[in-house]
Amino acid sequence: MPQDPTERRVVVTGPPRRTRRASGYSRPRTEIDEQTTLGHTYVRSLMRTQLRAPLVFAATPDSHRLEWLILGFCLYAPLVLLALWYVRRAERNERDFVRLVEDR
Amino acid sequence: MNSSYAVPAVALVVVVTVLVGAFGLRISRTTSDFYVASRTVGPRLNAAAISGEYLSAASFLGIAGLVLVQGPDMLWYPVGYTAGYLVLLLFVAAPLRRSGAYTLPDFAEARLASHAVRRLAGAFVVGVGWLYLLPQLQGAGLTLTVLTGAPDSLGGLIVAVVVVATVAAGGMRSITFVQAFQYWLKLTALLVPALFLILAWQSDGAPRRAFEEPATFREQRAVRVDETLDLRLDHLLTVTVTGKVDGHAHDAAKLQLPAGTHHIERGTRLTFAKGTPVPVADRGTNGGMSTSLAASREERPLYATYGLILATFLGTMGLPHVVVRFYTSPHGVAARRTTVAVLGLIGAFYLLPPVYGALGRLYTPELTLTGDADAAVLLLPDRMIGGVGGDLLGALVAGGAFAAFLSTASGLTMAVAGVLTQDVLPSRGVRHFRLGTVLAMAVPLAASVLVGGLPVADAVGLAFAVSASSFCPLLVLGIWWTRLTPPGAAAGMLVGGGSAFVAVAATMAGFPGTGPLHALLAWPALWSVPLGFLTMVLVSLATPGRVPTGTAAILARFHLPEELRAEVKA
Repeated sequence: MPQDPTERRVVVTGPPRRTRRASGYSRPRTEIDEQTTLGHTYVRSLMRTQLRAPLVFAATPDSHRLEWLILGFCLYAPLVLLALWYVRRAERNERDFVRLVEDR
Repeated sequence: MNSSYAVPAVALVVVVTVLVGAFGLRISRTTSDFYVASRTVGPRLNAAAISGEYLSAASFLGIAGLVLVQGPDMLWYPVGYTAGYLVLLLFVAAPLRRSGAYTLPDFAEARLASHAVRRLAGAFVVGVGWLYLLPQLQGAGLTLTVLTGAPDSLGGLIVAVVVVATVAAGGMRSITFVQAFQYWLKLTALLVPALFLILAWQSDGAPRRAFEEPATFREQRAVRVDETLDLRLDHLLTVTVTGKVDGHAHDAAKLQLPAGTHHIERGTRLTFAKGTPVPVADRGTNGGMSTSLAASREERPLYATYGLILATFLGTMGLPHVVVRFYTSPHGVAARRTTVAVLGLIGAFYLLPPVYGALGRLYTPELTLTGDADAAVLLLPDRMIGGVGGDLLGALVAGGAFAAFLSTASGLTMAVAGVLTQDVLPSRGVRHFRLGTVLAMAVPLAASVLVGGLPVADAVGLAFAVSASSFCPLLVLGIWWTRLTPPGAAAGMLVGGGSAFVAVAATMAGFPGTGPLHALLAWPALWSVPLGFLTMVLVSLATPGRVPTGTAAILARFHLPEELRAEVKA
């Protein structure tokens, strides 16, 4: 690990990154695109459900108990499960990708 | 509230914080240790540390108070605070770590190769950091005042001194241990009393009125109104009054107040009979943590709920003290796993504030009138259990609350000091970092003493809204969009973050008192976030020649797994 401040700056902003561009990886683009759609799909489904909730609460006149129950206690476990699922998919994605590149 | 146990509890938290920080100091040796704990913090420790600093006073005391005053709609706050991490995980966690930058400005410069954008990002980090530090200091003052009657600024001063000492002495390495410790302390301090409170509630026959709207008084209760307030009634209210109501003095007179707004002078005693619905005080009457400027239910349309959801979902990723922690992970995969652990930890924590809020509606409904709703968490053990047991549990809660102020404040100070050291002060050595720490804390401390009562919930909301409209577009577009240009990024941050800032500042200054415009300005995220994104995209598209030359390589670096990068190097 570099400890001298000037050396550290090189790691952060430094030219090595820019020179490495020449190595010409076209594959990462696929990976990036893949991850974008993957992430978008998850988020879209999550947001669609989440964003409907206030409407449901507003539309149901006697929804206070429901609101307490759902907002207070029922949303956190699904959030964690969704995150776990995403991480597993993302890591598998990356492993596959590494294998693909190394086999080349 | 009996302070004979609470003061030692707060003192103990402060001493243990310093000791744990000193333990970190012994193994904090290098500059890298200082800024990013040498990037060796594993997911478990890092997740506890992130959660520790994220769960601020607003989470620990504020949510219960908000729910107590404004009902279950306010439970969107903790849901949004948690879901923000899911969005962060999906869009930024791993690439942000892989960018190799130390701070948000570092990220901006690495991505866009522009010094101007770096400076602008730095200014936003310092601004958001200071905005968020202010309520921590005020909350500490408020808590100490409730507990001991100490002067308002003392609590803030104690927090400032302890935080500067631990951060300046040990840097990120110390802070990591301190914050991880404080997460578990905060969880214990809410969980243990909550269990006892639920038992007390059960033995009380498990009344379920907490979930009814509006809350009602369970027994006859006298309330002393400490600050002059306007009471808005939907129905006729029968109340016994000693003091001044609507300009008329009364002495233990039984009044029938008709529906409408009534002006209650400070010092008035109101006695409510059993079963009376708890009336709602009008907004802006006091400066407590739960008093939002966009307060009462009628004035908070569905729009406001959506504004809140958007700000918390997207604002989390841009909070400077959260982002800086991701750089301490050893690699991108660890950064992702850390985020999942954080979701679990804060999700578990947020199960507790609603319990306090619900019990508060049952047992301390009068707090909505006295303006001390934030004290609900502190007062409930005494009210429901009483005796030495209640005092001890109350002391535990007080210690936890102080841990909340200390951990969030140290994370923010760390982030702001990092930016000040790198971009403002002449050299980046450890000595200047210490100077930066003092600077980072001095400004909000001075502001909290000079400015005083800025409602905490609003300051926190402002920080989230500004972050969601400036850093969120920068991070998301910076990581996923190849055509982002420096002018686009700068314009987007200025327009999005700037307009959110101006909107909330205008609300705080009292500009348009009511109506739809008021709601638009008080909850700006719904229009300012799209505005920020749109400006960033349009200006970038209009300046295609300014796309940095290394963009493809940098994006590859953000997204490539580490194994491949090692190979490229070799």
